[in-house]
Amino acid sequence: MSISVRDIRKNFGHFTALDGVNLEIPDGQLVALLGPSGSGKTTLLRIIAGLEFPDGGAVQFDGWDITARSARERRVGFVFQHYALFRHMTVFENVAFGLLVRPRRFRPSNEQIRAKVNDLLRLIQLQNQAQRYPSQLSGGQRQRVALARALAVEPSVLLLDEPFGSLDAKVRMELRRWLRQLHDEVHITSVFVTHDQDEALEVSDRVAVMNEGRIEQVGSPDEVYNHPASPFVFDFLGNVNLFHGRVDNDQTYIQESATGNLVFVRPHLLDIARQPDGPNHFRATTKHINAAGPVAKIEAVTEWGAPVHIEMSQERLRDLHLVKDEVVFIVPRKVTVFPKHGAS
Amino acid sequence: MRWLLIVVAVVFLAVFLLLPLAVVFGSAFQKGIRFYLNSLSEPDALAAIRLTLLAAGIAVPMNLIFGVAAAWAIGKFDFIGKSLLTTLIDLPFSVSPVVSGLIYVLLFGLQGLLGPWLIAHDVRIIFAVPGIVLATIFVTFPFVARELLPMVEAQGNDEEEAALTLGANGWQTFFRVTVPNVKWALLYGVILCNARAMGEFGAVSVVSGHIRGLTNTIPLHIEILYNDYQFVAAFAVASLLALLALITLMVKSIVEWKARQQLAEQATASEETRP
Repeated sequence: MSISVRDIRKNFGHFTALDGVNLEIPDGQLVALLGPSGSGKTTLLRIIAGLEFPDGGAVQFDGWDITARSARERRVGFVFQHYALFRHMTVFENVAFGLLVRPRRFRPSNEQIRAKVNDLLRLIQLQNQAQRYPSQLSGGQRQRVALARALAVEPSVLLLDEPFGSLDAKVRMELRRWLRQLHDEVHITSVFVTHDQDEALEVSDRVAVMNEGRIEQVGSPDEVYNHPASPFVFDFLGNVNLFHGRVDNDQTYIQESATGNLVFVRPHLLDIARQPDGPNHFRATTKHINAAGPVAKIEAVTEWGAPVHIEMSQERLRDLHLVKDEVVFIVPRKVTVFPKHGAS
Repeated sequence: MRWLLIVVAVVFLAVFLLLPLAVVFGSAFQKGIRFYLNSLSEPDALAAIRLTLLAAGIAVPMNLIFGVAAAWAIGKFDFIGKSLLTTLIDLPFSVSPVVSGLIYVLLFGLQGLLGPWLIAHDVRIIFAVPGIVLATIFVTFPFVARELLPMVEAQGNDEEEAALTLGANGWQTFFRVTVPNVKWALLYGVILCNARAMGEFGAVSVVSGHIRGLTNTIPLHIEILYNDYQFVAAFAVASLLALLALITLMVKSIVEWKARQQLAEQATASEETRP
């Protein structure tokens, strides 16, 4: 089922949570709402779910306006950040809940419910934990139960609010791959909220980057990462160095002045050289070299005193024989320029 | 220092709590078990017991419903006047019971606001059973709400919202999700509410009129016996309330112990399984 969000506005008192948001989510896609806390992403998700109602605008499912419908009527699967499992029910009872509360006419028989729940427990690999209580499970297991519970009612869309937010790094990684796999199998239109750029870029088909109640950019992970539409998106997606510079004949010159344009350069697109190279380069002093990990990270300070982060392969670092407190030339290989007024 | 503190606490408890309790039961059985039973089974005493049970039987379920509704409204929703409502719930605690009783006299009494209308329609509230029930409801109002509120607030809305998205309606959400989560606090509130409803003296005394066999509750009956110098009979009836207090304490301990045990079980179990 496709979701379309039309000019949604929402205020909480004097705080504007959503300021005219438009978003189209095609059927079967997995879309990430990415943004810092307070950007309105969770509010948008809750409005799509019917747990919150907008002050203005409309939400459509498959072209039908469902803005006034309650969460109950929308048939959405919602996965909460803190799982929200029913603590007094076993795993089995949690997953079965959505089927058991149906009016008698629509309720499957007990055998059907048992079969369905067991299928789902197999899917989340917890068939041996059916009689356990949520408090007896690990965080990752609880989140999988929450997902199975949401899927049990065969929702038309799946909405996940920071689904991996409260898990430790390793479980997070496993679970997001698993979510991607699950989505490839089930193909249910899914929206998930996250503040973790890696998570959004790795898992989703499309990313909507949000800031201060607005959507800054919507696109594939590749588009938003490599062709950010605004300084905010650039800054939010991955590490970045911010410089000032002027543009002459399509050539950008990075310089000290606080006037001119904003120049963004990713750390891995800065090169270090011993000799001046090309028209655009500047001098810097290395301050810290971190050679642990897949890429080497170098911190330096420019001649005008601003910090610079550079990333390069381990091989390149070995070839350079770089040492601490050495004066080097830094050569940007690819820069992105935004006019100054575009940045806040 | 530690021993000193313990001794002080124990002596204090013994003198102010255990000694009176012993005196109550001691005096009650002073003239033997037969006299004790007679004191309880004479018509006026039976009428008082019946009236107390009736008042508590109405006040406790009412306050259960009001308390749950109030705690739910305050804990789960934001609305204008929420803090005012929270303060109002505590009003019966902060107002002297005598004043609580007087409120009803001023409202429904002969010279009261609604008095003439009530007389014209032959409805008796003051110096009758309805007044006693109303006064009891008023003074016992806070117990259930007060016990529930911290629980309801601490648990937030997540589970209810989850139930909602899974297609449960309001009643299903309430009985299948909310109530099981607060059942111990609910039970505790009901126990306290009941103890107070049966033991209330001040407010009921003002509205009762002390008509023997008709508008006397157990505490009022005890007072009358005592004022008539029937000390042993007074203590015999008083022993009923003392017994109620002991049972309340016991049930309360069991409820608390149960709740703690459940928590501890879940906590240890989750320690074991957590990777």
